[in-house]
Amino acid sequence: MSTFGWPEFLFLLRSAGWSVVLTAIALAFGAVGGGTFAIMRLATNAVLRNVAAVYILTIQSIPVLMILFMSYYGLSIAGVEIPPLLAASVSLSIYVSAYLAEIWRGSIQAVPFQQWEASASLALTRVQQYRYIILPQALRISLPPTVGFLVQLVKNTSIVSVVGFVELSRAGQLVNNATFRPFEVFMTVAAIYFAICFPLSRLSRYLERVLHVGRSH
Amino acid sequence: MSVVAIDQVHKRYGALEVLKGVSLSVESGQVVAIIGRSGSGKSTMLRCINGLEAFQSGTITVAGHDVRQEAARLRALRKDVGIVFQSYNLFPHLTVSQNIKLSPTITQGVKPAEAEAIARRVLAQVGLLEKFDAFPDMLSGGQQQRVAIARSLAMRPKVMLFDEVTSALDPELTGEVLLVMEQLAKEGMTMLLVTHEMSFARRVAHVTVFMHQGKIWETGPSKELFEDPQTPELRAFLSNGVK
Repeated sequence: MSTFGWPEFLFLLRSAGWSVVLTAIALAFGAVGGGTFAIMRLATNAVLRNVAAVYILTIQSIPVLMILFMSYYGLSIAGVEIPPLLAASVSLSIYVSAYLAEIWRGSIQAVPFQQWEASASLALTRVQQYRYIILPQALRISLPPTVGFLVQLVKNTSIVSVVGFVELSRAGQLVNNATFRPFEVFMTVAAIYFAICFPLSRLSRYLERVLHVGRSH
Repeated sequence: MSVVAIDQVHKRYGALEVLKGVSLSVESGQVVAIIGRSGSGKSTMLRCINGLEAFQSGTITVAGHDVRQEAARLRALRKDVGIVFQSYNLFPHLTVSQNIKLSPTITQGVKPAEAEAIARRVLAQVGLLEKFDAFPDMLSGGQQQRVAIARSLAMRPKVMLFDEVTSALDPELTGEVLLVMEQLAKEGMTMLLVTHEMSFARRVAHVTVFMHQGKIWETGPSKELFEDPQTPELRAFLSNGVK
């Protein structure tokens, strides 16, 4: 049995790096998808609106674990071998897109409808209304819930350990199995999560301040 | 030749008919006040003129534009028709000058330097040049409403619509907004205003329209209409003293 020392700690840190990488990938692709679905959800075209609604409801109604199993085991049975990182990235991106779509739809709808009327009355096109009037205001409204969700996401990446991907939580288990020092090991894991998530929350506060989140009419 | 021609317009919300065949013609340079109780259809009629409300039958022609619910047509129409709302509706994330410059720059292709000059001109017109770089939430309600008027003027509209623009203001702030509107009227702007300010309507509007139950109930030169109302409904409305 090995002890919980410097090499084990470095292993945890490297694995935390993978948690951050996964979060970043899921956020990047999830944001593109989420933004698209949020605007589709509010489109005047009923087909676009319904497609987005069905997608969001479906993804939100099934555990992210099932998406992960489907993309990893499901595809490998179909003869497509995909590496755990890819399966994890795809699954988390799908999950993130559905949730961000709803957060951002809510933020867009929280902009008073008079802002739509006033900008329409100034002859702006719908794209211009979004670009210059609605999205800048929705962005400010969306910051706190988006960062809140991001913090959740950092912690939820631990779910990908089930397909053999070693991120921070899984690394903690491995180190504990080898050292059997659960208190030290998991305290360290918790401290690393905290070190990632706490600055994110602070960043949110800072952004809210510089972007004048409270500014209203 | 009339700038605004409303002909037999009907509008329904489901089973509720809010405009029951409204016709009105406004000449260039004319100021028309629209009065009536809440729910009489006066704001709805005004909002139909720039297409914010759709209507089921009848026609509206404004400065050569046939008002119809098609995006491109509506945009062309709205370059010629300004509207000012009760709740100001300035864009809170933009400064006063950005509020004013935005549409001329992106919808009319005005160059930045020219847009700057336009913003200065219209702000001077409403007496708020010193608020050029202020954000809307730093202004009083009366000042915000004057900026909203300036923002519309920057589009060089042929017609201006005012939808109860002083109703959200304290009495002492109402005066400064009405003053700006009176000045506009003197400069020959074609104006339609829905208002509860009876003394303003009587003094400034060439024509006053009394709406009742979705119809134009009575109309005429303002002085005559206020001094010698013909219908019992208008008499009752005026004597009930809605200001």
